[in-house]
Amino acid sequence: MPRRDDIHKILIIGSGPIVIGQACEFDYSGSQACRSLNDDGYETVLINSNPATIMTDPMMADKIYLKPLTIESIKEIVEEEQPDAVLPTMGGQTGLNLTRDLQQENYWSEHGIKIIGVDIAAVDITEDRQQFRDLMEEIDIPQCRSRAAESMLEAKEITEELGGLPIVIRPSFTMGGAGGGIVWSEDEFERKVLRGLEMSPVHRVLIEESIFGWKEYELELLRDDNDNVVIICTVENIDPMGVHTGDSVTVAPSQTLTDKQFQMLRDAAIKMMNSIGTFAGGCNVQFAVEPGSDRFVAIEINPRVSRSSALASKATGYPIAKIATKLAVGYTLDELPNPITGNTSACFEPSIDYVIVKAPRFNFEKFPNVDEELTTQMKAVGEVMSIGRNFPEALNKAWQSLEIGRQGLGADGYDEPDRNQVRERLMKPYWDRMINIRHAFKLGASVEEIADITSVDPWFLQQIRYMVSLENRTEGQTLDNIGKDDFYELKQAGFSDPQIAWMLSQSNGEVTENEVRQKRKELGLKPSFKVVDTCAAEFPAQTPYYYSAYEGENESEVTDKKKVMILGSGPNRIGQGIEFDYSCTHAVKAAQEMGYEAIMVNCNPETVSTDFDIADKLYFEPVFWERVLDIYEHEQPEGVILQVGGQTALKLGKKFVEAGINIFGTPFEMINFAEDRGSFSEFLKELDIPFPSYGTARDVEGAVEIADRIGYPVLIRPSYVLGGQGMRIAVKQDELEYYTENVLKTHPENAFLIDKFLENATELDVDAVYDGDQLHIAGIMQHIEPAGVHSGDSTAVIPTYSVSDEAIQKIKEYQEKIADAMGIVGFLNVQYAVKDNKVYVLEANPRSTRTIPFLAKATGRPEARIAVKVMLGAKLSDFSEKELTSTLDKWAIKEPVFPFDKFPEVKKELGPEMKSTGETIYFMDDFNDEHFKKPFEFKNLYLSK
Amino acid sequence: MSLYPKDKAIIALADGTVAHGVAIGKKGTTGGELCFNTSMTGYQEIFTDPSYYGQLMMMTYPHIGNYGTMSRDNEARKVMIAGLITRSFSWEYSNPQADGSLQEYLERNEVIGISGVDTRKLVRHIREKGVMNAVISSEELDEDKLVQMAKEWDNMKGLELATKVTRDEPQTAHSDGPFKVAAFDYGIKQNIINNLNERGCTLRIFPARGNFKEELDNWKPDGFFFSNGPGDPDATAKYALEAVNYAKETGKPIFGICLGHQLMALSEGISTKKMFVGHRGANQPVKNLSTGKVEITTQNHGFAVDEDTLDESKVEVTHLNLNDDTIEGLRFKNFPGFSIQYHPEASPGPHDSSYLFDQFLDMIKEVKKELA
Repeated sequence: MPRRDDIHKILIIGSGPIVIGQACEFDYSGSQACRSLNDDGYETVLINSNPATIMTDPMMADKIYLKPLTIESIKEIVEEEQPDAVLPTMGGQTGLNLTRDLQQENYWSEHGIKIIGVDIAAVDITEDRQQFRDLMEEIDIPQCRSRAAESMLEAKEITEELGGLPIVIRPSFTMGGAGGGIVWSEDEFERKVLRGLEMSPVHRVLIEESIFGWKEYELELLRDDNDNVVIICTVENIDPMGVHTGDSVTVAPSQTLTDKQFQMLRDAAIKMMNSIGTFAGGCNVQFAVEPGSDRFVAIEINPRVSRSSALASKATGYPIAKIATKLAVGYTLDELPNPITGNTSACFEPSIDYVIVKAPRFNFEKFPNVDEELTTQMKAVGEVMSIGRNFPEALNKAWQSLEIGRQGLGADGYDEPDRNQVRERLMKPYWDRMINIRHAFKLGASVEEIADITSVDPWFLQQIRYMVSLENRTEGQTLDNIGKDDFYELKQAGFSDPQIAWMLSQSNGEVTENEVRQKRKELGLKPSFKVVDTCAAEFPAQTPYYYSAYEGENESEVTDKKKVMILGSGPNRIGQGIEFDYSCTHAVKAAQEMGYEAIMVNCNPETVSTDFDIADKLYFEPVFWERVLDIYEHEQPEGVILQVGGQTALKLGKKFVEAGINIFGTPFEMINFAEDRGSFSEFLKELDIPFPSYGTARDVEGAVEIADRIGYPVLIRPSYVLGGQGMRIAVKQDELEYYTENVLKTHPENAFLIDKFLENATELDVDAVYDGDQLHIAGIMQHIEPAGVHSGDSTAVIPTYSVSDEAIQKIKEYQEKIADAMGIVGFLNVQYAVKDNKVYVLEANPRSTRTIPFLAKATGRPEARIAVKVMLGAKLSDFSEKELTSTLDKWAIKEPVFPFDKFPEVKKELGPEMKSTGETIYFMDDFNDEHFKKPFEFKNLYLSK
Repeated sequence: MSLYPKDKAIIALADGTVAHGVAIGKKGTTGGELCFNTSMTGYQEIFTDPSYYGQLMMMTYPHIGNYGTMSRDNEARKVMIAGLITRSFSWEYSNPQADGSLQEYLERNEVIGISGVDTRKLVRHIREKGVMNAVISSEELDEDKLVQMAKEWDNMKGLELATKVTRDEPQTAHSDGPFKVAAFDYGIKQNIINNLNERGCTLRIFPARGNFKEELDNWKPDGFFFSNGPGDPDATAKYALEAVNYAKETGKPIFGICLGHQLMALSEGISTKKMFVGHRGANQPVKNLSTGKVEITTQNHGFAVDEDTLDESKVEVTHLNLNDDTIEGLRFKNFPGFSIQYHPEASPGPHDSSYLFDQFLDMIKEVKKELA
């Protein structure tokens, strides 16, 4: 069946701010949906409150509403736009809940609006554990034994029925499994049941037998109107049942199922999908399989695109959201081509000839006292995906991608494994399980012992043991005597040059990464680049989506066009998330418009910038020096862009400079210099620009001495940190001593600063673009909260509402002075504090910031694109007046969103260290608006140290 | 010192392409047509599929051997492939249900293989150049000699192989059910037998070549089945058409799979052709033209029915491959029969097409009812 002609205008609901469990994967799927509908000639209307998304960019939909995701907003938009269909599936749980609420009012049918891509009744079945269970029983799909409870008493009875603890609690209708978990002991039973009952909007929890330790699988499906179903990807969790899929290290395809077992799951998945309602679109199904038997149970089914469909798309190359959208508007799978090959059918099941590892990224260090144990409630804030030709390669690459200071899975001298500690850490699921498995092998443990403790399938353990065997072999070798075959085997197993350097340093003196690289090249060992093509090379592919491997044949042909390499920002985490994906995507477009071939490098599967048809070439690789340099050497671009990849990309700047590689935009020395608070303050002094008094300390005594000089309260700030990590405010000496000791523990190598903390000052955030002659101010934002709350955590208003014109003039003057003196070409963000009408500079960031997309949405100007074009040589005078003129007539507010509901044991307090996961934009007409009044009223409440 | 063996092996293709790797399975030298399979699970079923007889099997998924081997995954009494090529062989396995490792299994079944080669490169090579012969050796390491051997290896075109994999004697596969089906074994997969048995068919399975008439005249089967098998259909047709024609004359329902499908077409004067690369994998989309539904299928064929020689008065095309529009299924107009190019018995692969066995049974029941 071809596309539906009975609908013309489609409303797409976005997922709102980034929260744990619902992140930028929905921007990725939503953007694909928008583009897909536009290609098919539909008019699109979009609502999303998240300004950092690409989907809310003017290029994505015909009409975009940056409004709160509420029933009221949707009604307002519907009145205005009169759409004839709504596509809620790109908006995660948020989009579905809104659609459901409106359906219950019969709103959609009354307005003649068809819901496409999902069957709400079907979602209700899958979200309601008891209904789901009944349905599974009806179609003969095995289930865990369980029953729903609506009171504590009922919960106790059911637990008895199931044979006692451990049991699993699953609250109905919560996102990312919020409020759920395993109960091991009597003393936590009541607390956890109560919390689940409270968090469930219908106050119901499912009490379920524990299948802790079973193997866990996830299948991604697509279904069309003809009931054709295909399985796009099968993901196996290395962490067995008990850990939320979003928190598990996962691998694709499945590694340890026989075909008979896999087909058993496939049959069940199709049966399940066909049993729930009528809709055309995506779906995922989760199963648990008992080790050593053919017994399996269905865990859940999600009849919509999700985080895992984003991962499955990147893992196989198959654009699930794009195809799901086409199915939603009536196409059937057999009439669509596979966009990757161009001439074979989209109605097939991808076959891959590489191994995918996904590893979650956590931010526990930001939340003191947080319970780090992984449970059925998701705690990760982001993830990385890596591609290798074998599992060890993919696993090492994942650890190179995580950006937690590791050079791979161990073998980097980062920590000395201690037997007791390793055993302790393996007893329960923690985020660092893989590295502790490696440590355990290093300490001589056997596959059986580790399998016994962790329930991780022995195949994965065998692979890690193999990796450790390579480590042990290499530790006995030297740079001179290591043979080509051994070296090649290490590289094929994904070991990085710095890991190899560390191993070779173990027996015979220090070997450096550069020496290893040198030797590797002498031996003729460099990576090839292979294509992700959905079909294991059976058919030629059209898409330039590559990964590296140490192999015979290179498939990435270098063109003779002028090129630029853009580095992405790695995994999402607090302080560095979707905002950088926004800037990366615009950097790609800007580079293309400037006549460059844009080469994107990143390892974050949730991003739009790594979609197969955004950049001219995509390398899905760790943003890790060795990998990036290999790509650079292969492609030979004119230079690299680091300013849109957050700290991840900037951290590599020094190495690019040392290697003599051109960095576009502001000279890197200046970027680096802005990070060095000491020299930067000297620089401000020369420019006669005020800044809070400060001193540089290296120890506790030094810190106290400075504080005594400048006076309390003081702000303690380590250099080179992200999102204000480790920053604290101290009001008296013993606090200062305590915090200083902590900083020294985590950042022993760094000098740190003691700033005079400006109490009750107003903070302002200014983003601008400078081309050497002219300054373009993207926006001056005033924070509602006082200085001291991290800029990412504060409610920011543009334009300012209570700063004097005089101060604004000063700010503009300072901004230009700093831009000129620093030789800025492109982005410049400066943070100011205004106290008693005096303007102080707090810090400068000569790069794209978190606020760039917010400003772009507030002012209607493509700020990132303007800046990147300037970096590539354009002048601000080349832009039309319209392009540089703001469309904002009243005020826009940036409102942060916090994850405290996911960490009930953590107290809500705000300070210089960022804690929010996302933000929304809100346009207001006056200051009577609740969105302003409320934060204004509470502005001082949460300020803490 | 290494955890796993690292004895050298070489694969040499007839066009001079050579790759070095590590010997797996039994040591020695082997050769055959180099083909690839894109299934990500089910290696043991593939290795024991008689349709692969004499071929060198290259698995596109890198890790092969992960879950060991077990007797329930055998599709025939022995391993049929002539050699194995993998990227990252799993020397160890994890599966409490397994009998042992793939390495032990290959050694026991005397299969010679190579691992650690850039299989993706070789797949792309075959995709561009077409299938060709190759030789794997872990004893002769002279590249030129191996290339020469590959050049001289028997070509698949014109090769009769069904008699190499068929049963020696007729055999019965009992079922409690009421239907009698005569099956001709050109390399029949165990799961075809299972599928028919499960549906109430007692099978009398005949060798590819030999006497069957007298016995069948007496046994009076309710239906006939022509199996899959290796080799050039033209070569097998030289003797097998006798059985096909016998079946047609009885007026009883006939079902053919793979080689059986090709033989049924040949018996109606429709030709087959050798394909450039062939279809081998478990993800091939096939559209059922009468229902409009698509099934994901297991395929394994290097020859196909030639659409240019179709005679619409004799056959109707019922199934088409969505990737390249090749013919995947036929319904015959002059006798009650249908045939399928791919593998509805799966194993390995999806079960989307198992309805075809039901369809065959429905025909048998229909005819039986008419006769009764």
